[in-house]
Amino acid sequence: MNVQLNGVERAVPDRSTVADLVRLASAPTTGIAVALDGEVVPRAAWGTVVPAGATVEILTAVQGG
Amino acid sequence: MAEHADDSWRLGGRTFGSRLVMGTGGATSLEVLERALVASGTDLTTVAMRRVDAAGGGGVLALLGRLGIEVLPNTAGCRSAAEAVLTARLAREALGTPWVKLEVVADDRTLLPDVVELLDAAEQLVDDGFVVLAYTNDDPVTARRLEDVGCAAVMPLGSPIGTGLGISNPHHIEMIVAAAGVPVVLDAGIGTASDAVLAMELGCDAVLLATAVTRAEDPERMARGMSLAVRAGLDARRAGRIPRRLWAHASSPARELP
Repeated sequence: MNVQLNGVERAVPDRSTVADLVRLASAPTTGIAVALDGEVVPRAAWGTVVPAGATVEILTAVQGG
Repeated sequence: MAEHADDSWRLGGRTFGSRLVMGTGGATSLEVLERALVASGTDLTTVAMRRVDAAGGGGVLALLGRLGIEVLPNTAGCRSAAEAVLTARLAREALGTPWVKLEVVADDRTLLPDVVELLDAAEQLVDDGFVVLAYTNDDPVTARRLEDVGCAAVMPLGSPIGTGLGISNPHHIEMIVAAAGVPVVLDAGIGTASDAVLAMELGCDAVLLATAVTRAEDPERMARGMSLAVRAGLDARRAGRIPRRLWAHASSPARELP
């Protein structure tokens, strides 16, 4: 299936979870947060299966402001 | 340098020792940023939230942690209330803080706050339990509305972000201070130390700046200058300045001249 991961269309295995996509994005495991279709997914719910066509954003803190 | 124990101030139910809130954008390296932050004496500093694959500056959290500086996530880059609310919620999840510097700008050319979206976002975030520090225009009415919806601080700009033009409308800043029941932080437009002094003399509780330090030729030295500036301005404000007079007023006795 395809998902929109941090603005890029990516082919990922069906029934991938949020945690799978965090690994795929090579994100650090702390200091990050995930939004699935515009809603924050709390860390405790990273086992959530991502639906096909979903938009996933993985954010962290950077220099700014 | 003498300690100014009474320089501390309250914000969102917490006490901070420094009147200087720093941003971290624009520094050429983490090493330069570290020296500037230490020289500034700040204990509250902003970070932005960005996609992990475009991050590039991920070490900033570790740096702030090591220096014992409180992290204040912002919603920089957001153009709508919906974007800002989501970014604030992601920051809360990622960093474990309900504090947010709320920033909703209208366009890239001016980076001026879109106050309609800003008020909407502020209301939603306050309802959701956030401590909202709202970056806003130098408009006393908007400042009052932000306070009314429950913002913990109002942060009017001196002039547009990154311009270094100082405080364009000191009278409006004075009016905001005079009416505010929450801390007022002068945010954006600071170019040099005298701008920070003026902000404090006008009665602001603190100054938030980034570019003036991080893009200065010598960021560490400018950070120290800003630290001294907010102290000087606070002392001058508290000391009560003399009135401005049209005519001269001799400072030496006029009697007993030879």
